[in-house]
Amino acid sequence: MAIVVRQLTKRFGDFVALDRVDLEIRDGSLTALLGPSGSGKTTLLRIIGGLEEPDAGAVILDGRDVTRMPPQARGIGFVFQHYAPFRHMTVHDNVAFGLTIRKRPRAEIERRVRELLELVQIAHLADRYPSQLSGGQRQRMALARALAVEPRMLLLDEPFGALDARVRKELRQWLRRLHDETHVTTVFVTHDQEEAMDVADHIVVMDHGRIEQEGTPRDLYDRPANAFVMTFIGPVTTVDGALVRPHDIDLLPDPEDGAVEVLVERVVHLGFEVRAELVHGDGHRTWAQLTRDEAEALEVTAGRIVWARARHPRTFADAQAGGREVPTG
Amino acid sequence: MAGRAVVEGPESFLRAITSPQSIAALQLTFLLSAIVVLIDAVMGTLIAWVLVRDEFPGKRIVNALIDLPFALPTIVAGLTLLTLYGPKSPFGLNLAYTQAGILLALLFVTLPFVVRAVQPVLIELDREMEEAAASLGASPLTVLRRIILPNLAPAILTGCALAFARAIGEFGSVVLISGNIPYRTEVAAVNIFIQLENDDPGGAAAISVVLLAGALLTLSSLELLRRRGSRHEAVA
Repeated sequence: MAIVVRQLTKRFGDFVALDRVDLEIRDGSLTALLGPSGSGKTTLLRIIGGLEEPDAGAVILDGRDVTRMPPQARGIGFVFQHYAPFRHMTVHDNVAFGLTIRKRPRAEIERRVRELLELVQIAHLADRYPSQLSGGQRQRMALARALAVEPRMLLLDEPFGALDARVRKELRQWLRRLHDETHVTTVFVTHDQEEAMDVADHIVVMDHGRIEQEGTPRDLYDRPANAFVMTFIGPVTTVDGALVRPHDIDLLPDPEDGAVEVLVERVVHLGFEVRAELVHGDGHRTWAQLTRDEAEALEVTAGRIVWARARHPRTFADAQAGGREVPTG
Repeated sequence: MAGRAVVEGPESFLRAITSPQSIAALQLTFLLSAIVVLIDAVMGTLIAWVLVRDEFPGKRIVNALIDLPFALPTIVAGLTLLTLYGPKSPFGLNLAYTQAGILLALLFVTLPFVVRAVQPVLIELDREMEEAAASLGASPLTVLRRIILPNLAPAILTGCALAFARAIGEFGSVVLISGNIPYRTEVAAVNIFIQLENDDPGGAAAISVVLLAGALLTLSSLELLRRRGSRHEAVA
């Protein structure tokens, strides 16, 4: 289902959650709404799903204006951050809910529920109540419940936020595979850039109720539109007042054109990656990310003087509020 | 009290509770209490809903007033009801010496039980459950029937059981407005009082035992329901 959002605005009292947001989401895509808390990403998701009404603007699903339509009429599956399990129903009844209220034949419901529980790998827990499940299992149940009604789009609010790191990684890959199999248009909200880049094929970066930039993970990483996006989407340090990715800093044993003299203050070994913490003559600190081999070849040790050269330094018109990029170097 | 009833012998116990006047009083008491509890269930849940989910001026005052029947001495409540709905009613509504009057008195003293039982559960109820149901296609009525009411049911039942136990034994608020007309408006608790006045402590004890049994039965069936319902509450 193609989603089009036009000039969407939403206020909560004095707080502007969404400020004239325009967005198009392709049919069959897997999109992440990425931003810090308070950026408006969850509000945008809830308005698309019909759980919140915008103050102004329109939501158009497959060419149909649904702005004032209740969630029931939108053909969506919504997965909540805390899963919102129906706690008085078994896992089976939770998943069957959407089909039961549609009065589908019993045999069909049973077949579909079994299929879905197998798909999310919790078939053996069908008779349990939600309170008897772990977080990851509840999440799978919530997904199965949302998928049961064959939604034309799947909306997920911080779907992995409340899970521990290992389960989160596992479910992430599982969601990606599920999407590749079903091709249901999927939009999920996250504040974790790594999660967005890992799962989504399209990322929408939001801040202060506005879209700062959207594009493929690669696009955003390599060509950030402003300082906010660059800082939010990956590690950043500064050299000569320009923003640089730490892995774009070359350390040289001898002075060269465009390289600045720095003192190696500390070397941190993180397995494959080595982090060199550097101090400029004026006391300004920065750091460089090297491979272990690079670090060994250079003999980077604390107390050594080396020369640092930034490969793709970027300066932005407004370093904080996200202005246009000014190419340098 | 039970001992008293037994000392008098099983025959006099049976005679006491099967006298036409006692039977009429017990029937009236249990019937009115049952009706009151049904009204409590609906009204109490509605009031709790409005207090939790709606915003309106004076909400705090209304919320504080809910407990008034608990705090008010019941005889004062009875007197107030008689003033409001008696022969000199400012509303022109004379319910004195009628079963409707008793019903009103019982409603007044028992309504807070359901409101106060449902309110905290409703506050804690996960709103996202309702949103999830709506996104799955459930109409507001279906959400109420399949999601909200099942989650409130244990609290409503608790409130009803307490209200019923209270209603069958209520004396103070009823004694003035009912007029205590035998066979018509005499409730069991008043019947006990009158039997004592007539120097029949055995008869009074016998009716008391029936009321006591009714109250205990109500509370134990409540406990049973609770245990059955707690399966899914257990935190794994």
